[in-house]
Amino acid sequence: MAAHTSQSVAKAAGDDVENDVAARGRSRRTDSDSGNRGGARGGKGASGLRRAVGTHWYAWAMVAPVVLVLGVIIGWPLVRGVYLSLTDATERNVSRTIGARHIEATYEFVGLDNYVAVLGDPVFLQRLVWTVVWTVACVSITFTLGLVLANMLNRDFRGRAAYRMALILPWAVPGFVSVFAWRFLFNRDNGILNKILDGGGIAAIPWLDDPTWAKFSVVAVNVWLGVPFMMVALLGGLQSIPGELYEAAEMDGASAWQRFRHITLPGLRTVSMTVILLSTIWTFNMFPVIFLLTRGGPGDSTEILVTQAFREAFVSSPRDFAGSATWGVLILALLMIFALVYRRSLRKQGEVW
Amino acid sequence: MRRGIAATALVATLALAATACGGDDKNAADGTKAGGELSGTVTWWDTSNDAEKASFQKIAEAFTAKHPKVTVKYVNVPYGDAQNKVKNAFSSGSDAPDVIRADVGWVADFASLGYLDEVPADQAKKIDAEFLPQAAASGKFEGKTYAVPQVIDSLGLFYNKKMLADAGVQPPKTLEEVKTAAAAIKGKTGKAGLYLRGDDSYWFLPLIYGEGGDLVDAKNKTVTVDNEAGVKAFKTARDLVASGAAITNATDGYANMQTAFKTGEAAMMINGPWAVADTYAGDQFKDKANLGIAAVPAGSAKAGAPQGGHDLAVYAGSKNTAAAHAFVEYMTSQEVQVQSTKDLSLLPTRTAAYELPDVKGNEMVQFFKPAVDKAVERAWIPENGSLFEPLKVEYTKAITGASSPEDAAKSAGVEFRKILKGWK
Repeated sequence: MAAHTSQSVAKAAGDDVENDVAARGRSRRTDSDSGNRGGARGGKGASGLRRAVGTHWYAWAMVAPVVLVLGVIIGWPLVRGVYLSLTDATERNVSRTIGARHIEATYEFVGLDNYVAVLGDPVFLQRLVWTVVWTVACVSITFTLGLVLANMLNRDFRGRAAYRMALILPWAVPGFVSVFAWRFLFNRDNGILNKILDGGGIAAIPWLDDPTWAKFSVVAVNVWLGVPFMMVALLGGLQSIPGELYEAAEMDGASAWQRFRHITLPGLRTVSMTVILLSTIWTFNMFPVIFLLTRGGPGDSTEILVTQAFREAFVSSPRDFAGSATWGVLILALLMIFALVYRRSLRKQGEVW
Repeated sequence: MRRGIAATALVATLALAATACGGDDKNAADGTKAGGELSGTVTWWDTSNDAEKASFQKIAEAFTAKHPKVTVKYVNVPYGDAQNKVKNAFSSGSDAPDVIRADVGWVADFASLGYLDEVPADQAKKIDAEFLPQAAASGKFEGKTYAVPQVIDSLGLFYNKKMLADAGVQPPKTLEEVKTAAAAIKGKTGKAGLYLRGDDSYWFLPLIYGEGGDLVDAKNKTVTVDNEAGVKAFKTARDLVASGAAITNATDGYANMQTAFKTGEAAMMINGPWAVADTYAGDQFKDKANLGIAAVPAGSAKAGAPQGGHDLAVYAGSKNTAAAHAFVEYMTSQEVQVQSTKDLSLLPTRTAAYELPDVKGNEMVQFFKPAVDKAVERAWIPENGSLFEPLKVEYTKAITGASSPEDAAKSAGVEFRKILKGWK
């Protein structure tokens, strides 16, 4: 969740892969959309195309710069990333310019070797399992909390605006600031959470020092960061449900639970499907929370796929660009498969998406 | 005390300016200096900690007193992020610093990637003649000199004299004694005996050296972290924490360690000279005499601490290498090193500095110099720094009990061989 933070922090961490992955994530929709449109046009034949250009030349001219920019900042890195994943590029053999000296690239094409290596490593499966657990836990908790809060805030009560503001606050704070703040709170010896527990006579909890507690902690922080978005989106959905439906239901003697079950949930369906998809993708790739809170630790117990990709690329020397690109492409592929399956299941349920 | 730094540094530089004409002439012979005078900007990325940086900034900027046309741009880069930041800057070439303060473990790595400018021959010759040989070794890669040692350090056992005296124990010499002392301290004061960092594998080195082992054997291209001594070292780490003799954290270990020691929550810690200035700032050490330092406790084989320290190196792509090398020469000059000893209790890398009363009389130097002399020299290979990350993962797992010492040693060996391709 909180996509805006994922980018700014990734930049702060000097992390190219992360930007890449985020950019690719975003590009996917644009690509498939324009693909569909192109397909529809192509069906009409060349004359149809000419006519379309003739009538809509203005629109084409307006769109062209955007397409160009997207091609340069998303398309090119994507193509380059896929290409690098098929080579043995490392820090030692890529081209670089040091002052007046230029060193030519000497890396070679190695085919699918990198993929074989990554997929054959038990580490990949370990990371994948935890990444899925982490994503499902975060998204389901965030969604439930967001739904509850949205329902509460949808009523008319005193100080509603103030509550709404307070609940949106976590979203307004830059992600890395909140994550660092949480890190201080979680500190076992000097953190305020344990000081409070101590006051109540409860033994200190090793928030970030014990694998299980660390997993709990990262999920908690991510939920805290993600709830505002969920809440705002669902609140918008709630407000678009016509009040007459509730009135009619009440006339028919429906209980509160029945009204929620049969009016609110179906009414929110379109919105919730969209936010669940978005937040799944964001959480799957949520680099900053994990990296800044635990650095994947203790040990490697909270490492998800993207932080592992970062570790592959930037921690050891020479930096393994090809290996990291391989992880990036695999992550992208996983998300694409997920989105396709998700879309298909929605279509089966009769949703147009 | 701080206020005095600028003045003393200024005097030091002026003295240097008066006596260092010889060095200038040699630079002029290179033909890199227009009009016989250095000019331009030298950007220096310093990785010293919060307690040290003010002092270094003043010393660095005082370079202008010697070369008025050179502006020194001081940038403090936190040590933890520095290796990545430096690599990013060096490989892209944009906004790269001219001079960096590199951990001794990074020099071979940066040099092997072609990022460092070789130290001019005359200066390199001086390093061989005037510097501690083990310090000079850290700046070399494949027989060439790429960096000038600025400070040298090693780890020692810091202890709270009063707490140990109250518990009626002597500073421990072995890890077994640490356990007995910790039990006595806990019984008497309820505080922890030792704080042992669990989130940084550098602190694992005294344990593995203590068992007579090492991470790798560079001569025979063999990974040794997973041999018997290595397994024993992981066992010792776990045992110290599990037995209650030591406390540890898996995150924010350094800050927690300093806080615990400074506030008297822990009676002992293992740390280096860079921590002295910060430690004195703690409540427990208002009376500086309360801080005692001893050699790192021995394992079953011996007492061994790693040789560390920092070197200064010039970026190969610097537009101003002449001024940059002159700056490095100045920052590693005897006067500046003595100043850092006086201000921060850091250890000089020049042999002759140890004869001067300011250095000789410094209590920390008196302790750390013998430690440095005996410190275990690490393998100066490019992969040196890379080994610490996988080792950290395994060390944290072992010390917190998340995996057995045997598994930790084994996994560390597997990861090391992935990094050191072709090693046994």
